[in-house]
Amino acid sequence: MTNELTTKQPGQDLEGTHREPGATFTPRVDILENENELVLYADLPGVMPESVDVRFENGELVLHGHCAPRQNGVRYLRTEYGVGDFYRAFTITADVDPDKIAAELKNGVLAVHLPKSEKVKPKKIEVRGQ
Amino acid sequence: MVQSRWQPLFAGEFQRFHNEVNRLFHQLGGHGGGWPTLARAYPALNVWEDENNIYAEAELPGMTQDQVEIYVTEGNLFTLQGERPPVEAASMAWHRRERGAGKFSRTVTLPTNVDADKVEARLEQGVLHVTLPKAAAARPRKIAVKGE
Repeated sequence: MTNELTTKQPGQDLEGTHREPGATFTPRVDILENENELVLYADLPGVMPESVDVRFENGELVLHGHCAPRQNGVRYLRTEYGVGDFYRAFTITADVDPDKIAAELKNGVLAVHLPKSEKVKPKKIEVRGQ
Repeated sequence: MVQSRWQPLFAGEFQRFHNEVNRLFHQLGGHGGGWPTLARAYPALNVWEDENNIYAEAELPGMTQDQVEIYVTEGNLFTLQGERPPVEAASMAWHRRERGAGKFSRTVTLPTNVDADKVEARLEQGVLHVTLPKAAAARPRKIAVKGE
């Protein structure tokens, strides 16, 4: 099976989408599929539920999580990661039902469920005898 | 791997090497996925200090407080360990797998001794915040200057 989702480069922003300057990070994701839905999990540590924006438009799923800086002007002994916004966009070629997309954020992990349209779900055809 | 009619003779050999490398990264990283970046120390830490405390912060998305253990040994060895549960993926096909899962343990040496009994930690929105109060001997002391 070919990949149903392709990553877009951060530069290929949707037109008119405003993004603040500063560090933006690409969240790590897991994407799974079964016969009923596509499920995407994205690591968005430090992002509050009200600061996540999930959009689905013209077959594109765009995730944006705003994360305010947590330390200002501190004397670091070790800095191994940066804190900032998360952004990632995917083109979805599977036929999903936009009205039924659901997302939740728990413990810094965003889960997006994209149910497939009824017409693409596999149907079991009953074979009748005589 | 895409099969090509022009595959060189040693392609099979290369593939075996490739698998071996993936397997090694898998073991080193310890939490699946075979992504080279996972071979780095996990979790990444930010550490800073002020006069009285050392602060450590780590991103542990998807984890809960009971899945993380923190130790301070020998006065200044800070250990963070735990196990990140795998995604529930029964009867599902993977398209992308970038988030790791599994056991991890990391120890860093702090610049001063800390008071192990007073270490506080909280996990919020997948970010672990640890406050490690400096041992009394390591705190700056204000010396009164006596006049005549």
